[in-house]
Amino acid sequence: MTMTHMDANSPTHGSHQMPPGMLAGTATGTAAERAIAGAGLPEKISVRNLDFFYDGYRALKSISLPLYDRQVTAFIGPSGCGKSTLLRILNRMYDLYPKQVATGEVMLDGVNILSPKQDLNLLRARVGMVFQKPTPFPMSIYDNIAFGVKLYEKLSRADMDERVEFSLRRAALWDEVKDKLRQNGMSLSGGQQQRLCIARAIAVKPSVLLLDEPTSALDPISTAKCEELIDELRSDYCIAIVTHNMQQAARISNFTAFMYLGELIEFGNTEEIFTNPTKEKTSEYITGRFG
Amino acid sequence: MTEIALTLTDAHASTARRARRQRLQDAAFRNATLAFALLVLLILGGVTVSLIDGALPALRAFGFGFVATEVWNPVSEEFGALAPIYGTLITSVIAMAVGIPVSFGIALFITEMCPAWLKRPLGVAIELLAGIPSIIYGIWGLFVFAPFMQSTIQPFLINTLGQIPGIGNLFMGPPYGIGILTAGLILGIMVLPFITSITRDVFETVPPMVRESAYGLGATTWEVVWNVVLPYTRTGVVGGVMLGLGRALGETMAVTFVIGNAHRISSSIMAPGTTISASIANEFTEAVGDVYTSSLVALGLILFLITFTVLSIAKLMLLRLQRKAGV
Repeated sequence: MTMTHMDANSPTHGSHQMPPGMLAGTATGTAAERAIAGAGLPEKISVRNLDFFYDGYRALKSISLPLYDRQVTAFIGPSGCGKSTLLRILNRMYDLYPKQVATGEVMLDGVNILSPKQDLNLLRARVGMVFQKPTPFPMSIYDNIAFGVKLYEKLSRADMDERVEFSLRRAALWDEVKDKLRQNGMSLSGGQQQRLCIARAIAVKPSVLLLDEPTSALDPISTAKCEELIDELRSDYCIAIVTHNMQQAARISNFTAFMYLGELIEFGNTEEIFTNPTKEKTSEYITGRFG
Repeated sequence: MTEIALTLTDAHASTARRARRQRLQDAAFRNATLAFALLVLLILGGVTVSLIDGALPALRAFGFGFVATEVWNPVSEEFGALAPIYGTLITSVIAMAVGIPVSFGIALFITEMCPAWLKRPLGVAIELLAGIPSIIYGIWGLFVFAPFMQSTIQPFLINTLGQIPGIGNLFMGPPYGIGILTAGLILGIMVLPFITSITRDVFETVPPMVRESAYGLGATTWEVVWNVVLPYTRTGVVGGVMLGLGRALGETMAVTFVIGNAHRISSSIMAPGTTISASIANEFTEAVGDVYTSSLVALGLILFLITFTVLSIAKLMLLRLQRKAGV
């Protein structure tokens, strides 16, 4: 089975610089119209005609959408609609498991990351990921941050200290842990652990951050802190967040993609999606009639 | 009205009877299982007591010197346990040196990189390896492995490592084929399935999300294993290694076949030697005199203490891992 296919006939092939409106050829009608909402914004990632299969089962059906740089894009939809699956394609995490296949194109800075030639470790260093539950490594807070950095950079002690501080500050955790950097990362509270994971992802200087329901295991106060953090990180990264919490999507995202049963139903400006959705399904979902 | 009241009391009475019977059944069942459970402690205590009792004459005759002298002379009835203790420890060290890296390799391959179709056959093969009776390893060791060691590996070691000053002492002397090294290598093969299956199980306790987080930072499989999987499972892995060590320390049959049964301590690991269990198995039938027999029992007591300690440490470590996973 071929892992990917380069769609040479696609009108948008290799033209990631084009304004998003030009994607009309590959996106579903309304989604394309909505994409005009982002016209002029640079596209960090362009997903085109993406299909995904779990052991033959088609979990994603011909998804096409842009992820704009320095914007937060939220993926919403009922459980099992493929939001997390889509996220896990963007850093090819699915590659760890057998019998999972993606076809189509995912252009990151103009390069198709689904290509078999793509170096996975380099890709994952550029596309950071944070998971549903905090996943600190069994090592000190300092080493949790330094771990990823050491994989790619040889930093002097002082530079590493600086990088650790930078990342922890960026993740709004520095003040809480600066006196106990040698403590085990697992000794932190859940909310702190999750911010540690965000700091860890930032430390390797990625350009894209994938957040897979990052606050679903956190209490309201930690959730608020994380949302504040995401809001701040917006200025430097292209952020994609999967969330079950529609208020959260409305609060923190610039663009929203509503997915249902493996299909992208609607993509557009968050405000428009929530106030004036064009699709019946979308309005049903955001008003809580199903899902 | 009275009829209804009567049937009600009848019902109450029969319910009460049934409840009483169930209570009795429960009590009987509880006591029976308690008795079986106590039997385990009784057996353990009995073994300990009879070992100590049997070892007393030897310990009285030689005192602490029993564990510190190398002499083993049935004619003059002088016995010291140092050579068998040394042999037991060294063969186990060799077994661990060979067994641990290979077991880890197998376990990591199965949990991290193995294609799905190969996972099951490999797991079954490892379980089968664990099921081979030790006598078969012994026969194979004596008739196949020892001659191979004698003709190929030992001459090679003597000509290479044996020429280096210092550690060369470990690889000197004629290639006998049988000896400490051969016994250690066979033990290494024997402990392999035990360490492999336990380490594989504890490697699988690492949450997929933690693993993915490390991969998500761009780590290679090796970096994930070395920096995340191993530290995460440290205690469990040590527990598995200890269980393997316990097995290596006590293994009798295969070792008896290939160790050479010489009560002496040589600087070379290729020289024949003996282990505690091999000495006991070899000499019990021909032990004449109380002191000789008692000395063998005392050897058994020492082995019991060594393995007991090792297994206790293993259990404690596995317990700690479970507590950690439970949080």
